[in-house]
Amino acid sequence: MPNWVDEVEPMTFKGQIAVPYTWWVGDTGSRFLEAIRDQATFLGTRCPDCDTVYVPPRKNCGRCFTALDQWVEIARRGVVTAFTIVRANHPLQPVKSPFAYALIRLDGASVSILHLITKDLARLSIGVTVEAHFKEASQRTGHILDIDHFQII
Amino acid sequence: MDNIAIIGLAQTRYERRKKDKIFLDLVYETTTAALDDAGLTIDDIDNVVTVSNDFFDGRTISGMAVGDAAGAYDKNISTVEGDGAFGAMYGAMRVLGGAGTTLVVAHCKGSEGDTATITNGMFDPIYQRHLGINAVTSSAIQANAYLHRYGITEQDIAMVSVKNHGNAKNNPFAQLPMDICVDDVMTSKKIADPLKLLDCSPVSDGAAAIIIADEKTAGRAAKPPVWIKGMAHCADEYFLGDRDLTNPRSLRQAAQKAYAMAGITDPFKEIHVAEIYEAFTYMEPLWLEGLGFCEPGQGPSLLKDGVTTMDGRLPVNPSGGVLSAHAVLVAGLARIIEIAEQLRDTAGARQVTGAGMGLAHGINGPCGQSHCVWILSKEK
Repeated sequence: MPNWVDEVEPMTFKGQIAVPYTWWVGDTGSRFLEAIRDQATFLGTRCPDCDTVYVPPRKNCGRCFTALDQWVEIARRGVVTAFTIVRANHPLQPVKSPFAYALIRLDGASVSILHLITKDLARLSIGVTVEAHFKEASQRTGHILDIDHFQII
Repeated sequence: MDNIAIIGLAQTRYERRKKDKIFLDLVYETTTAALDDAGLTIDDIDNVVTVSNDFFDGRTISGMAVGDAAGAYDKNISTVEGDGAFGAMYGAMRVLGGAGTTLVVAHCKGSEGDTATITNGMFDPIYQRHLGINAVTSSAIQANAYLHRYGITEQDIAMVSVKNHGNAKNNPFAQLPMDICVDDVMTSKKIADPLKLLDCSPVSDGAAAIIIADEKTAGRAAKPPVWIKGMAHCADEYFLGDRDLTNPRSLRQAAQKAYAMAGITDPFKEIHVAEIYEAFTYMEPLWLEGLGFCEPGQGPSLLKDGVTTMDGRLPVNPSGGVLSAHAVLVAGLARIIEIAEQLRDTAGARQVTGAGMGLAHGINGPCGQSHCVWILSKEK
């Protein structure tokens, strides 16, 4: 059988979909992002049954399937529970490599929040204490990147 | 559970870029090949389950677009948007529910989109997606946590790449058969610590199909049926930070349920071959721990001790695994197909001698949020 590419020109067709979305953040998420924007603080929700404190806050506990309505103020400091130092670049990454993605358990929270560590990567290890560095108040819009990065203490 | 079986199977060769085949070609090709394999025609099929993902296909309701190529005209068709092992489980449920013979067909062309962008889309749009996290970087977090917790070295997990790419040399369907050594993996391009290029599965194009039938229909299949003895899936929490990434608890539960269903009390003794969804090297030992083949943290020892190599007591990923071909969504179905080939004694140069009972495994969601475990047997 002859090779098809000898007989037919291989053609491609570029897509043009962008599919923009505007997601409502919801009441729970809005409260969390508002606290970041206006006070540079973190809020979580506590499960009345198992005491798990979720950051970002959830409306129901995944483990107990209980509705959460207790709000808890969470520290800006916490410990790194897992991380990776990223060596490759991709347009969706907000900063150039090398930088780290870290799961950070903030003091007062039971679970870890995902964010960026951009400096002192040589000092980064599991268990290290980090602190949130927020953007200037005038630049904060109620966005997860209002937290500029976490800094190793 | 009633006796049901896989009676037909087919897959494409997996390639980095299939220039000559569109989705419809892949689906039609594997569907017709699976029917031929079973000795059936499309008229014998009562239900069609397609497996696809809208982001990967770049179209809305992607399952509907391949219906004609899957022979679904005038039949019921539904789609599982997730790994093929889960799609196959839904197909098996159709058969158990009395709906008749079921075709399950999965397709993916990773070459046509941007996998990093597409897998970024599986993360929460408010809290995570803007950080640019994707399948590789999230898995690197899990890998790092796993290595740190148990003192596992990067060389330990690199051995999985060496083994599986080596196994792939015996698999004509594999994309990346390679003769490599641990040092090749260690010196390959750094992606996200501790993962290097050869710790990661490739971007692949391909498709796979199986036909599942009840005992009566299985009796007139062209080839020996492969009996489904157990299957189960279980999900963990969605947010990475909620989970202990070093403890695949949802896999443990899925495995226990599947073993109980199959009447397995000692999986290490009773299972002869396993195909595990290792999209990254570290996943193979971690999932083997979750499957109960060893204690937590002991996964790498199974390979170091030669247990999981082709001549070991429990060969794992004789096909070369997901590291050697990773058509997303198709890959779980490919695991089932490899085990079925092993149990039919048709696996050629990669045949595990005396394989009577095998395990196939699929994952869904970031870092193995959900796991699906299949127990297949030569004997009814």
